[in-house]
Amino acid sequence: MNEAKSNFTSRRILLASPYIVWVAGFTILPLIIIIHYAFTDAGGAFTFSNLGLIFSPIHLKAVMFSLEIAISSTVACILLSYPMVMAMRHLGLGKRTFSLFILILPMWMNFILRILAWQMILSNNGILNMILSWFSIAPLKIANTGTSIMIGVVYDYLPYMMLPIYTAIMDINEDLIEAARDLGAGSLTIFLKIILPLSLPGLLSGIVMVFVPSMTSFVISDILGGGKLQLIGNVIEQEFTTANNWHAGSGLSVALMIFVLISMAFTTKEHKEGRESVIW
Amino acid sequence: MTMTKRLISITILTALLSSMLLGCSSGQAKGELTVVNYSEYLDPEMLDLFTKETGIKVNYEEALTPEEMYAKYSSGAVKYDLVCSSDYMMEKLIKDGELKEIPWDSFENKGNIGQKYFDLASAIDAKNAYTLPYFWGTLGILYDTTKVKAPVDSWDVLFNGDYAGQVIMQNSMRDSFMVALKKLGYSVNTENPDELKEAQELLLKQKPDVQAYLVDEARDEVVAGNAIMAVVYSGEAYLGHEYNENLAYVVPKEGSNVWIDCFGITKHCQNPENAAKFLDFLCREDVAKANFEYIYYSTPNEKVIEGLSDDEKADETLVPPANAMDNCEVCVQQSPETTELMNELWKEIKAE
Repeated sequence: MNEAKSNFTSRRILLASPYIVWVAGFTILPLIIIIHYAFTDAGGAFTFSNLGLIFSPIHLKAVMFSLEIAISSTVACILLSYPMVMAMRHLGLGKRTFSLFILILPMWMNFILRILAWQMILSNNGILNMILSWFSIAPLKIANTGTSIMIGVVYDYLPYMMLPIYTAIMDINEDLIEAARDLGAGSLTIFLKIILPLSLPGLLSGIVMVFVPSMTSFVISDILGGGKLQLIGNVIEQEFTTANNWHAGSGLSVALMIFVLISMAFTTKEHKEGRESVIW
Repeated sequence: MTMTKRLISITILTALLSSMLLGCSSGQAKGELTVVNYSEYLDPEMLDLFTKETGIKVNYEEALTPEEMYAKYSSGAVKYDLVCSSDYMMEKLIKDGELKEIPWDSFENKGNIGQKYFDLASAIDAKNAYTLPYFWGTLGILYDTTKVKAPVDSWDVLFNGDYAGQVIMQNSMRDSFMVALKKLGYSVNTENPDELKEAQELLLKQKPDVQAYLVDEARDEVVAGNAIMAVVYSGEAYLGHEYNENLAYVVPKEGSNVWIDCFGITKHCQNPENAAKFLDFLCREDVAKANFEYIYYSTPNEKVIEGLSDDEKADETLVPPANAMDNCEVCVQQSPETTELMNELWKEIKAE
């Protein structure tokens, strides 16, 4: 009996070992290095000043702008996802699988290439303005603005919002909806009282998966913002690459991590009663 | 099954053994040189030619940026005999005592390199003891001649609002500050905080008129007609003109940054004679010409310049005119305090 148990434990350890090695090497160790840099200065002495850098006006401004982009992109993703998923719900299985496949298809391509494509579409003489000119509409000045960054973020992260919502909504038993309809509920009531609450776990994990990466991204803003607009991610990237100040960069990263943790805490609290589908 | 397994293990074993043998033979052997250079910065056929002529084997490695080159060099995993990098990085290597003096006496072709390029390089290597100029160029304005209202000859066009929203600046601290400092008539290597702050004010005021801060795409945006003008390196401007013949390049009259990439012999080099042979080989007319035609940056080799067609000679992106260098300066390493201040000021510009 005992032997069987220890056998089981050792097998479990064996199975978990790739995970342990992975997490130790690629999550814990880098985190320790970042934290070490964050709490030391160039001379190696302990300091809180790197963390405090986040409160300087320049950095706060970048954080606020990141927050603006992240929140508006997340909201846009939610507003786009629900109607799409609701439409897919009524399709037959074959068509549904196909439409899901079409949605995921762009993800087979490198995301930087997709963002570069958006740069071509949105630039002053780009494809969008060319099409507008056929209809004699004045060219739009979207290139290198917050709008173009948002378009890129939404485009890139939409599948991460749609897929969990899709899974949650597809799980809803059709009988529930029919019962509600029998009792006289209109479409809006059904959506608000049944579909929305039951898809909440999917929605919450979607929010986490869109909000966090868009809050910390820097490549999209670099390419679509024309280097004129700074997210906090860009500030951190430059501390590492051009200013060569790893301490400040790490300090800002840790501060941002704390900030994201706090904002996510609201989501988990809400979620405790829901089903397990959030990543933590 | 067993057969395949055996085959695999034999292959792995051979690979291991041969790499060990190679590992032993490379590096210190007399007939070899290990060189690190920028990627696509030397005609590979010239390496074969050198080996054929001298019997010296060349292990050639590439790096993308000066920083990457430095990381490769300083890790010490490979002992390089020769390095080629940009002015400020070579200056750092000289100051750190990483380079050996070049034995100029053994050179046959040093005279092909114009004296003015050695003068240029003296900004980073005062006695021209450590570095051989390899390629050089300027930073200037690439513009669309069909869209400008008046001839472009001054940095003013980037700041006076005539081309608001049509200007592309370099997304690089030193390069953008250079433009502002030169417009104000200051040195690109200034250590004076007031001058830097004045330059920052100018760049801040300019920002609403700037379409974007780019590096690699700056040229393409002008080629595609998305912008009227961009601050670019002369080599990029040559390519831009190849794609769109309405484009022209000018080094503004206030002066600019002139960059120079140099070769140097490292302190690890066991056989400086061979290294000198390689550098001398690079100075030879036919070799320098092949490299020039491979890269199309400005060459400091006057024999090559003499042999160019009239069209090429007239192209300022290939052969900058004599006076183009008059007000130009080489970027040198600034004091840590100045670098820090500049970083801070640049961050404020980007955050605005």
